[in-house]
Amino acid sequence: MEINIDKIITKYKGKDGIAIPLLQELQELEGYLAPESIRYLSEHTGIPVAELYGVATFYSMFYLEPQGRHIIRVCKGTACHVSGADTLGVAIRSYLGLSEGENTTSDSRFTVLEVACLGCCSLAPVIMIGDKTYGKLAVDKIGKILDQYE
Amino acid sequence: MTIKTIKVGMASCGLASGAEDVYHAIQKNLPDSIELKKTACLGFCFAEPMVEVIDEAGKSEFFGYLTPRDAEKLLNNTLPDRKLLISQKRDAPANKQLARQVRIVSRHSGSIDPENIQDYLDDDGYMALKKVCSSMSSQEVIDEMKASGLRGRGGAGFSTGLKWQFAKDAAGDKKYIICNADEGDPGAFMDRNILESDPHSVLEGMAICAYTVGAQNAYIYCRAEYPLAVKRLKKAIADAEEMGFLGDNIFNKGFSLHIVLKEGAGAFVCGEETALIASIEGKRGMPRLRPPFPAQSGLWEKPTNINNVETFASVAWIINHGAAAYAAYGTEKSKGTKVFALAGKIKNTGLIEVPMGITLREIIYDIGGGIKDDRPFKAVQLGGPSGGCIPADLLDTQVDYDSIVKTGAIMGSGGMVVMDDTTCMVNIAAFFLDFTQNESCGKCTFCRIGTKRMLEILQRIQNGEGVLEDIEKLEYLSEQIINSSLCGLGKTAPNPVLTTLRYFKDEYIAHIKDKRCPAGVCSALVHFEIDEEKCTGCTLCARACPIHCISGEVKKLHLIDQDSCISCGACYTVCKFDAVIRT
Repeated sequence: MEINIDKIITKYKGKDGIAIPLLQELQELEGYLAPESIRYLSEHTGIPVAELYGVATFYSMFYLEPQGRHIIRVCKGTACHVSGADTLGVAIRSYLGLSEGENTTSDSRFTVLEVACLGCCSLAPVIMIGDKTYGKLAVDKIGKILDQYE
Repeated sequence: MTIKTIKVGMASCGLASGAEDVYHAIQKNLPDSIELKKTACLGFCFAEPMVEVIDEAGKSEFFGYLTPRDAEKLLNNTLPDRKLLISQKRDAPANKQLARQVRIVSRHSGSIDPENIQDYLDDDGYMALKKVCSSMSSQEVIDEMKASGLRGRGGAGFSTGLKWQFAKDAAGDKKYIICNADEGDPGAFMDRNILESDPHSVLEGMAICAYTVGAQNAYIYCRAEYPLAVKRLKKAIADAEEMGFLGDNIFNKGFSLHIVLKEGAGAFVCGEETALIASIEGKRGMPRLRPPFPAQSGLWEKPTNINNVETFASVAWIINHGAAAYAAYGTEKSKGTKVFALAGKIKNTGLIEVPMGITLREIIYDIGGGIKDDRPFKAVQLGGPSGGCIPADLLDTQVDYDSIVKTGAIMGSGGMVVMDDTTCMVNIAAFFLDFTQNESCGKCTFCRIGTKRMLEILQRIQNGEGVLEDIEKLEYLSEQIINSSLCGLGKTAPNPVLTTLRYFKDEYIAHIKDKRCPAGVCSALVHFEIDEEKCTGCTLCARACPIHCISGEVKKLHLIDQDSCISCGACYTVCKFDAVIRT
């Protein structure tokens, strides 16, 4: 693991404005930002741990906990909101058996997140799984879509 | 008719509707005589997947709502008329909608292959850059931009020519330009579409700007939620560098420009220019006090010019056709055309480009086709979380920067979300406040805490626990937040509340005094039951229920488990027999 982190560090060390790309690549490598990895980054780049955490907690794309194999982004944009996004979100969570405050299924298959807007407003309501967008959704279409993912 | 070319729309909306499968189905049985091309989005997203069929005479027809099974009929010319959208040969349902548009920024959207630089070059691509580099001085370019009247399309509406002038006049030999592609307004997706459909037009605009202000380095800050835009931009930059339109010594004129693509990490406030700069510098995206403006001290404290995607995409056309041609469109103070995103309860969802000065009514009814299911129009939300809700009696308002501001909304980046009588305006106000208080960077106390307090009040009202004094409190807090916030996010955050209070106060009063939600949305104030007489046992409601709390067998009476019911209203919306009673 550390060999790969070292590669990232070598790529950016000494350059300006590297906190975000460093964390982005670390997350790509490990799936999330583990405390020990952040500490390792800090020790080898000289960027204080506080600064790395400051950045990591500011932006919504950084995860401080392990995520499921597939990330479901439920769009909460205005168009989706007026087209039933809340109901859709409830249905997805209910289908996956997630209880309140829980975002990742116990088998680590899915993580369900809400996002501000996916920019596919013309197909509202919309969700994204990985990089694939699903539009014009309804509650009864959810099962068929989610069942495609292992 | 002999088909010469078939183009399949492959932007995000097309792909999400199954364009990839349609493309492969056509490809499978494609005769050698027909050329099959990939293009992006014409803006008629409601009809995706779409194809354009061009015959030997060069006449074109667009068909929509395609499935892979339509491929054979498409190749045989036997598609049913109901799939026809636009035609140069006959009457077609969307001919009028297209004819009302003036497509400058979106001139290539849905016609060229965005991943093929040759397509862009074939339509005067990079000719404006060549013209600028070989025959225009910096000041001449700026004068042309000023004369065009182009104002920043990101929302603030500042004169682009003037902005470039400041950056050009700023002292210093190292300067930067930034393309703001952090399109965060929920309801706006024109920038995504420009990047996916015509990325080179943005790069060319950036190169012209860099030449003009004297910058050698540029950044595009694109939100990471747009993976396709990022992919196409990367390819476009590499192709343009390879062909010498970017990179060192462009057109052998000694001018160099290197463009770096930065992916955002998810923060709405980074749409604000000083926050965006902080984010490129690798920091938390927190806005700072202006002045100094970025034109004097921006990225790495060097003079920096920032424009958004649509602004840059307008530049090459203006240089090629002249400022006067651009300024011929629009109103006295808002020149040219603007791309709008139509979404929500409108029939023709998608993107349109129209001259400024057109009325909201013309956009929503003539081009947008009116309200879904012919329900009554209630409001149109303009300008995202910084904007406001405009009611029916202001539908004849002209769409230009100044007229929209008079309504209490703002033009913003051009997202229009249409709402009908099933939308609760208190709920919408709360929705936006929830958004802004989440996205507030936390620097200014009034924005950080004030939006939170406002949200709590709105939630109380939605729960039927509001008191009349809450309205005054909301107005008071709004004023404080507007006056005490540093950046646009805080200064405009109360707008959705203020405009709904201004135009839909009766709905607030109904929630507070009558404990009633007129639109039937606020779950604490509505109750659903199934009418024994009317229920036919069609099972539609049971399938629509997100938590499966409706039971019943086929053709038998259905029942809602009241203990589990979350009052979302999904059953009420889908029932075709008025058998779900809402009280």
